[in-house]
Amino acid sequence: RLFFLPPERKRFYQNVSISQGEGGFEINLDHRKLKTPQAKLFTVPSEALAIAVATEWDSQKDTIKFYTMHLTTLCNTALDNPTQRNKVQLICAAVKFLETDTICYRVEEPAALAELQRNEWDPIVAWAENRYNVAIGSSTSITGPNIPASTKDTFISHLASYNMWALQGIEYVITQLKSLILSMGLIDRHITVEKAVLLSRLEEEYQIQRWGSVEWAHDYDLCELRARAAAGTLFVHLCSESSTVKHKLLQD
Amino acid sequence: MAALGSPLRTLRGLLRELRHASAGRPYRDTPAYQHVMAAFRAHRVTSEKLCRAQQELHFQAATYLCLLRSVREHLALHHEYHGKGERSPGEVAGLVGFRLPQQPGGKG
Repeated sequence: RLFFLPPERKRFYQNVSISQGEGGFEINLDHRKLKTPQAKLFTVPSEALAIAVATEWDSQKDTIKFYTMHLTTLCNTALDNPTQRNKVQLICAAVKFLETDTICYRVEEPAALAELQRNEWDPIVAWAENRYNVAIGSSTSITGPNIPASTKDTFISHLASYNMWALQGIEYVITQLKSLILSMGLIDRHITVEKAVLLSRLEEEYQIQRWGSVEWAHDYDLCELRARAAAGTLFVHLCSESSTVKHKLLQD
Repeated sequence: MAALGSPLRTLRGLLRELRHASAGRPYRDTPAYQHVMAAFRAHRVTSEKLCRAQQELHFQAATYLCLLRSVREHLALHHEYHGKGERSPGEVAGLVGFRLPQQPGGKG
């Protein structure tokens, strides 16, 4: 049996539907139940997430383009855990990014870019320092910012409050945006996906403004990064919420 | 809080993307459409101006809209620039101004 999927495959099913099983919500392609690459039953804990995954499968036309199905990929990663990391290892991998966090790593020249970094990135660093009551700072040195151990500990214990699925999503977003702080900004709903991606690509955007945009490279990368960051963020929120609608009493 | 704009605009954008995703089949029957509409309706009535659940839902909707839109745009760019594959012999000849010879009897 193949353990890897080809990048594309013909669409072999007519209908996509969701059903609720013992382990959670399942995806049905016609009468077949969707399985992960390691042949486990595909179950997700959240109905909204299952609906979004089903929509990914249903929006495939003649061929199934797996590289566009980011939510499905994230679920497969959470279910199979191919890198076989436990919660502690995931958290350490995430917090380690802080040492080379994009928005803490500053240039000195050109002056216009340095100023742009200050104007765009300083507020986000300040927000994180305030929100988490930590010291982060920024640096122009090649070794990067000097993050105090207490700051790392704060983030480690904050991330420990998320479940394993949500952590997979958080680590994914951090790897895509190359920034722990921007990812926390997204998770905490402080900035939108578009803004987070813009801030992550600040230097590229600066160069694009100077030299022009090459659609088949710049826009291509921009759309892909937006898609991945959006998928990761949505995945984290859908895996860590408990959706209860509180009905407020109508007061006359 | 993130700068999200108007919820109505987000909803409209979402419905447009869902319509694209269904392409052909009626999108109002899809679970995604029904879930989105139910969620927006459930959170419409609130006496609070800064209802946290409402903002959370709006952020989620805006994120999902970004996902659907970016995937569609990425795919379109992929098809336009990277999906063409190899040129046929006729196209290659045309690049330098030649045409392939026509052989009514077939090759050889």
